[in-house]
Amino acid sequence: MARHWRAGAAGLAVLGLTLTACGGAKVGDDSAAGSGSAGKCGTFNLAINPWVGYEANAAVLAYVAEHDLGCKVEQKDLKEEIAWQGFGTGEVDAVVENWGHDDLKKKYITDQKTAVEAGPTGNKGLIGWYVPPWLAKAHPDITDWKNLNKYASKFKTSESGGKGQLLDGDPSFVTNDEALVKNLKLDFKVVYAGSETALIQAYRNAEKNKQWVIGYFYEPQWFMSEVPLKKVSLPEYKTGCDADAEKVACDYPVYELDKIVSAKFAKSGSPAYDLVKNFTWTNDDQNTVAKYIAVDKMAPEAAAKKWVEANRGKVDAWIK
Amino acid sequence: MTVAVQKTQRPQRTGNEEPPAPARRAPTVSRSMIVAAILVVWLVLFAVLRGKQTLSLAAADLTDLHRWFNDVNDSIGANRNSNPLFLYFFNEIRLVIDTLVTFVQELISQPTAGRPVPQIGWLGVVGLVGYVSWAVGNWRVALLAVAGFTFLGLQGLWQESMDTLALTLSAVFVALLFALPLGVWAGLSDRVNRIVTPFLDFMQTMPTFVYLAPLTLFFLIGPASATIATAIYAAPPAIRITAHAIRSVPETTVEAADSMGATRRQALLKVLLPMSKRTVVMGVNQTIMAALAMVTIAALINAPGLGATVVQALQSLDVGTAFNAGLAIVVLAIVLDRVTTAASGRADTARGSDSPFLKWRRQLVAAGGVVAAVLVYLSHTYLWAAEFPGEGSTGSTIARAATDVTTWAQDNLSGLTNAFRDVLTNGLLNPFQTLLTDSPWWLVGAALVALGTVLGGWRAGATSAVCVGLLIGTGVWSDAMTTLASTAVATVLVMLLGVVLGVWMGRSALVDRLLRPSLDAAQVMPPFVYLVPFLALFGATRFTAIVAAIVYAAPVAIKIIADGVRAVPGTTVEAAMSTGCNTWQIITKVQLPMSRGALTLATNQGLIYVLSMVVVGGLVGAGALGYDVVAGFSQGQLYGKGLAAGLAIVLLGVMFDRITQAAARRAGA
Repeated sequence: MARHWRAGAAGLAVLGLTLTACGGAKVGDDSAAGSGSAGKCGTFNLAINPWVGYEANAAVLAYVAEHDLGCKVEQKDLKEEIAWQGFGTGEVDAVVENWGHDDLKKKYITDQKTAVEAGPTGNKGLIGWYVPPWLAKAHPDITDWKNLNKYASKFKTSESGGKGQLLDGDPSFVTNDEALVKNLKLDFKVVYAGSETALIQAYRNAEKNKQWVIGYFYEPQWFMSEVPLKKVSLPEYKTGCDADAEKVACDYPVYELDKIVSAKFAKSGSPAYDLVKNFTWTNDDQNTVAKYIAVDKMAPEAAAKKWVEANRGKVDAWIK
Repeated sequence: MTVAVQKTQRPQRTGNEEPPAPARRAPTVSRSMIVAAILVVWLVLFAVLRGKQTLSLAAADLTDLHRWFNDVNDSIGANRNSNPLFLYFFNEIRLVIDTLVTFVQELISQPTAGRPVPQIGWLGVVGLVGYVSWAVGNWRVALLAVAGFTFLGLQGLWQESMDTLALTLSAVFVALLFALPLGVWAGLSDRVNRIVTPFLDFMQTMPTFVYLAPLTLFFLIGPASATIATAIYAAPPAIRITAHAIRSVPETTVEAADSMGATRRQALLKVLLPMSKRTVVMGVNQTIMAALAMVTIAALINAPGLGATVVQALQSLDVGTAFNAGLAIVVLAIVLDRVTTAASGRADTARGSDSPFLKWRRQLVAAGGVVAAVLVYLSHTYLWAAEFPGEGSTGSTIARAATDVTTWAQDNLSGLTNAFRDVLTNGLLNPFQTLLTDSPWWLVGAALVALGTVLGGWRAGATSAVCVGLLIGTGVWSDAMTTLASTAVATVLVMLLGVVLGVWMGRSALVDRLLRPSLDAAQVMPPFVYLVPFLALFGATRFTAIVAAIVYAAPVAIKIIADGVRAVPGTTVEAAMSTGCNTWQIITKVQLPMSRGALTLATNQGLIYVLSMVVVGGLVGAGALGYDVVAGFSQGQLYGKGLAAGLAIVLLGVMFDRITQAAARRAGA
């Protein structure tokens, strides 16, 4: 038995040596290529909030920071709330698409002073009630809230208890819809879909199968390039009309989407901070990159590269 | 995957020793009459008092308790950097765990300083996994492990899989570090067991979403938080099963050791632990499975790996990519499950066998070790062995196929599925939910306590009373009742499926072998993967949530019932056959009644599993508690309400667990 064992070991050794001899490229042979200019930028911790529009902003910023400024970009997949928490602990340097979030601003900018604002992204955030395009075409008057009650019965579902269904509910966004329905005396019930995925799927089905769906949605959003939803006009927004959450009877404000950075990062003198601060683009720009990612299924880096190469002028304005 | 198997043994064993005496039938009849009476009284009072004192709370409204939770959470966040507890306690724990995880990651998944690739490449990992599987299990699972891991590479997900594996292994290691000693202690002492049990219930039923944000406050964003979140969820099965294993060592054996003058320590090390080894390994198995179930959730706090791929694909509703990554999780789970199961089998056989093979084995193991070491060395040194070759074209084929199948199903089945949904919702769910949400709270509470007492005895009744009281305290009573209605309907459907498929599997070994892998897959496939097609088929409705819960919970019920049916003594079935019973009669008169213990246990596990899907349900239109939890995770001002909703889920879980377990004990007795 012992002889077998020795023979086996010898065989293995031979095999091992053979493999080693004709092994091919060794790890580390091409290490020179990777370690280029680390520059004075250092590490840039970029939070990635979980929606495609955000990812478009972040992908472009990361691409520019890496290739033009020589930063080492750490992208961290985090929900908003947790990303903001990270400002204080130094694990997040920047959030690059923020929707309002006055509560978080109060908590982290005013009270804890761990974060500061870094200006608007240039994107306008719309929130409101949307219907699928076929519906807006078939019944053009539906895009005025005054006519909604006329059609309420068409929006009935198994969930809405005899009333029309208003499909709400990406849980990340603030909604006044229950108050709106009550105060505008609409014969609707708010049903909580619970995720962006559920909302998108509902609209996708509705457009394909000509179903009646009205719900809470927002733009810029990549899905709009697949199904261009039509916004229903609610009573016009005036400053302060949403002050009392119980009594809201007006549309949502237009959000100036902005960027938030950690206080430490703002003082660090990192070129990445200047990049974040100078970064602005239009809704169309974001939609283009978001479409590359979500519809054309490109990797975020590839999508960013494609856009940056086509829009060198805009990029140069951020880093000059 | 086999949570239930361990638990089934208890009621079943007692059931087999003492076949149900005919005299016992009388109380069951009267019990069901009492239940009927309670329901009738409830219905009558409901008709009179409908819509009064329902304690409903709108989605954005908060109670004082919720606000208080918010304040506590805020003050912890504000004081984080000055509090000595953080500076010297949590930070130290974080450092240790971060170091551990980073070490494992650099070993197999992440590039290290000065190296563009991890220390051990794919060839080394495959070789090691194969070798270890063979050494602790047998050559068949080793083959499975090698094939499975190679498949991960072919899917184009090698690095993601290794990230997931690294995190899972670290979390399991941390969990077991605490779970095994605690389990042994709980096995030795009844008091410890009683104290620990509610905590374990809490850890298993509290939705992770609730403690994910606070965890990142305590342990920062990074591997430590993800590992700890996973370990919290994964530790309970190991603790429970270890305690159970220690308890099941026959008392006579322990006494024998005592009488020979063994000290407590000797008795533990030489008798109790070796004799419960097999079951303890099953506990480890369950812990690994639970840890894998957390992969997608951990991705929400920046844990790298397959979970991140699933979550990201979901943002653009890319079912194909999500399915490919989900499949990789299933493959990992099945490999780890089969290897640990084989290892527990070996722990059993190795003791008794004295074959000459054993002598050979030592040399074979050494030789295998050398092979593995050579492979590890190669993968450390050469690029071709470090980075998985190819573009992962298998993965894109799988993704495309999955997309095609879902598109086809959406185009062709949605009319049918919508009709089915409407019938069930209007016929069963809506009336039941109205009964629960529109009755006054005290009426529902009284009915629950009464039912608990009748079905489970006085103790279960008392537990229900406490739970009902606390449920009211959470301030989300109405939402809890809505969730309860969906949960109950889902459980009924789970049991229907469980009985049909379970009996079929229990009666035929072939069916069992064919179905079991898909059941395993249904249990470990992350729900996020199948939510999108379900949404397309059933819309954003409570029904979608119910279907998702069934997919996750039915396999457990089916397996328990199959095991129960198989455990019915063959002689009994033969005797029934010889008296001329046909198949239907054998099933309904012999096999099902005799596996009553298993049926009750299946209800128990089915319900708990359905409850654990409440949060996922909240993402697809179930509203109520699930939505509260998700919204609390997403919006700061709703955090307290989300926590309260999480507590409500725990309370519902504990209440039903106690009632059904007590009922199971009765059925078994």
